[in-house]
Amino acid sequence: MEPKLVLDRHQFDTFFESLHKHGYEIIGPTLLDGAVVYAPVDSPDELPVGWTDEQQGGVYRLKRRGDQALFGYSAAAHSWKKFLFLPTLKLFEAYRTSGGPEIRHPQPDVRRRAFLGVRACEIASMEIQDRILIHGTFQDTAYVQARNAALIVAVQCLQSGGTCFCRSMNTGPEVTRGYDLLLTEITGPQKHVFIVDVGTDRGAGILEGIALAKADEADLKHAGDLVDEAAAHMGRVLDQNGIKELLYRNYEHPRWEEVAKRCLTCTNCTIVCPTCFCTTIEDVTDLPGGKAERWRRWDSCFTLDHSYLHGGCVRCSGLSRYRQWMTHKLATWIDQFGTSGCVGCGRCITWCPVGIDITEETAAIRSSGDASSSIFGKKGE
Amino acid sequence: MKTDIGTAGPGRQTEPTLDDPILPRMFQVRRIFSETADSFSCELQPSDGEVMHFSPGQFNMLYVFGVGEIPISISGNPDKPKLLVHTIRSVGPASKAIRRLKRGDLIGVRGPYGTGWPVKGAEGNDVVIVAGGIGLAPLRPLIYRVLAEREKYGRVALLVGARTPGDILFQRQLERWRGRLDIDVLVTVDKAPRSWRGNVGVVTSLIPKIRFDPATTTAFVCGPEVMMRFTAMELEVRGVPTSNLHFSLERNMKCGIGLCGHCQLGPYFICKDGPVLGLDKIKKLMALREI
Ligand SMILES: Cc1cc2nc3c(=O)[nH]c(=O)nc-3n(C[C@H](O)[C@H](O)[C@H](O)COP(=O)(O)OP(=O)(O)OC[C@H]3O[C@@H](n4cnc5c(N)ncnc54)[C@H](O)[C@@H]3O)c2cc1C
Ligand code: SF4
Ligand code: SF4
Ligand code: FES
Repeated sequence: MEPKLVLDRHQFDTFFESLHKHGYEIIGPTLLDGAVVYAPVDSPDELPVGWTDEQQGGVYRLKRRGDQALFGYSAAAHSWKKFLFLPTLKLFEAYRTSGGPEIRHPQPDVRRRAFLGVRACEIASMEIQDRILIHGTFQDTAYVQARNAALIVAVQCLQSGGTCFCRSMNTGPEVTRGYDLLLTEITGPQKHVFIVDVGTDRGAGILEGIALAKADEADLKHAGDLVDEAAAHMGRVLDQNGIKELLYRNYEHPRWEEVAKRCLTCTNCTIVCPTCFCTTIEDVTDLPGGKAERWRRWDSCFTLDHSYLHGGCVRCSGLSRYRQWMTHKLATWIDQFGTSGCVGCGRCITWCPVGIDITEETAAIRSSGDASSSIFGKKGE
Repeated sequence: MKTDIGTAGPGRQTEPTLDDPILPRMFQVRRIFSETADSFSCELQPSDGEVMHFSPGQFNMLYVFGVGEIPISISGNPDKPKLLVHTIRSVGPASKAIRRLKRGDLIGVRGPYGTGWPVKGAEGNDVVIVAGGIGLAPLRPLIYRVLAEREKYGRVALLVGARTPGDILFQRQLERWRGRLDIDVLVTVDKAPRSWRGNVGVVTSLIPKIRFDPATTTAFVCGPEVMMRFTAMELEVRGVPTSNLHFSLERNMKCGIGLCGHCQLGPYFICKDGPVLGLDKIKKLMALREI
C-alpha cells in the first residue's frame, strides 16, 4: 500500500495549481444562494471555508463552524450528476439536404474536470449510474466520456448530516474505493492538514512536485477516529432487511394514500437524487433553416407525461407516482440493476418542500405492511 | 460495441464513439399504402444497403425529421428482411408525419429492439394467436414464421378482433390464410352493418369456436390492454399453462434501449425485457391499477 501523505492547508493553492497545470477544470463546493453547491472554483478561497449546514426534512440552513474547515458540510444541494449526466444534452442535429435529412453528431465535450470533495455516497451513486449507463447492453456515450474525463478527489465525511443514512445503505460514510485521491481533513488549534490517500497513477501525477510529508501514526489514528465518529452520528436509518419483498408485497397499502395527500409531485426529489436517470426528448426545429435538433433532458416519474400513453397517462394519480418512485428506488431497482437505487444521501428529504421522508415512509409500511405473497412472479420473489 | 471504462473507478480517456446507439440509421421509403381508413404500412430499405434482420415481435424506433421518434413493431416477414415493413395507426404527430412521407424520402430507424415472441418454445404445441386492432401488426411476423415452419406445430388458430369490418387489418392476407387447411382464421368485429355476415362480439368470444389442446398450447396475444387481460383469463380458465401465454405490452418509450426510464412496468423495462412478456411474469402486475 502507498504510504499516506500529508498536504498542509497552506499547500492547497499549489494543489489547485497542479490540477490546472494538468489541464483540469476544478469543480468543487462553493456557496451560492445560501447553500453549498458544486460549481467551477478557481482558488481555495472560493470553497465554503468555515461553513457547515443543518439539514432536516424540508430544511436546509448554512451555519458557521468554529474552525476554518474547507469540507465541513454534509451533502451539497445538488450532486455531481449534473456534470456527468447532463440536465440537457444535444443528441444530434439533422439537416435537410437535397438528398434528405443528414444527421450530425455533436462534438463531444471532453473537458477534463477534477471533482473536488466527492463523498462516499456520491462515489456509490456514480457506480450505480455506471451500471445503468455504461454496463448495460447500450451505453450513454456522453456519460462515458464525462465519466472517463473526471478526476475524483474524494473527501472523508467527518460529519454526517441530519438527513443522511448512508450507513443503512452500505455506501458510507467511509470512502473505500473509486477515487483518484482521497483527503481526510484534520483541523485543530495548531494545525490544519489533509491526510492524502493515492488511489490511481493519475492521482499520484497531480501530487508530483508538491513536497508532502509522510503521515505519522498519530495523524492516521486521528483521521480514523473522525471517520468512526461520523458513522456513529447518522441522522436517519432505513432498515433494508427484505426491503424488496416488503415493497413488492405492499403495492396496495393505505400509507401510499397518506403520503399522496402531502406530495406536491413537484419533482424536486428526483432532480436532487444522484441516481435518478429518467430523461425525455425534445425536438427543436428551425424549419426555414432546414435544421432539426434532438435534445435530451432530465425527466421525472412525478410528471404526467412520464407515463403518457394513447393520449392519457398510466400513472395519473399522485399516489401511483410517489409509489413508482419509492418502489423503484428501493425495490425494483434491485431486480433491474443488482443494487438499490438509493445511496442514503438524504437530499430527497432535505429538498422536499413538505419534508416527505423516504426512511419514514418505508418504516411506516414496514410497521403495518401486508405479509401476504409478492406482487410479482419469479423476478420479484 | 462497448467503450471500456474498466472498473467503476476513474481513469482512461476514451475516444468519442461514433456508434452512439441513440443515432438513427437512414432508410429510404419504397412504398407507403393504406391498410384501413386510419392505418397504413410502409416499406423501407436501408440507405447503406445493410439489411435489418429481426425476430418476430421486435420493434424499431422511427424518427421523422423534426417531428419525433416513436416505437413501432416490425410487421414484415422475418425471412424476407430486404424490405423493412411497419404497419402504423395514424393517431398523433409522428405517426401522421410518417403517413405523409413519399417514395424516396428518408426516415431514421433505430433497432431492432426488444424481445421477440418465443416461437421456438411453441414447437410441438398447438398455437393460438389472438390479435386486437393494430395488435395484428406485431403478430404478423410470427404468423409468417409459424406458417413457414408449419410442420413444427400442432393445430394453429388465428383470432382477430376489430372495431368494424372496415378496420380489419391485412384483409386480403387473412382471406388467403383462411383458404389454407392448416390454419383456422376467425374474425370478429365490435360493430357491423347489416351486410356483415361474420361474427360480432369481443375477440374472446371466438375462443370456444376453435379446437386446441390447452395443456400443450402456446398463445401469443397483442391488442389493447383490457382485451389482453380478458384473453389471458379465458385461456387460463381453459387450462392453458400460465407460462405458455405471451403478450406484447406497450408503454411510453423515449429511447427503446433501457436508458430513459419511461417504459417501466414494475421490475421490467418493456423496451428490453419486453415488449413480449410471459403471463407468469406479469399476471399480478396486470391486476394492479396505475402501475
Ligand atoms: C413496443 C411498441 C410497439 C408499437 N408498435 C406499434 C405498431 O406496430 N403500430 C402502431 O400503429 N403503433 C405501435 N405502437 C404505438 C405507437 O408507438 C404510438 O401510437 C405512437 O407513439 C403515437 O405517436 P404519435 O406521435 O403519432 O401520437 P401521440 O403523440 O402519442 O398521440 C397519440 C394520441 O394522443 C393524442 N395526444 C397527443 N398528445 C396529447 C396530450 N399531451 N394530451 C392529450 N392527448 C394527446 C393525439 O392527438 C393522439 O390521438 C407501439 C408502441 C410500442 C411501445
Ligand atoms: S432516494 Fe433520496 S436519499 Fe436515496 S440517493 Fe436519492 S436523493 Fe439520496
Ligand atoms: S416527495 Fe417531496 S420532493 Fe418529491 S415530488 Fe413529492 S413533494 Fe416533491
Ligand atoms: S424506452 Fe427508454 S428505458 Fe425503455
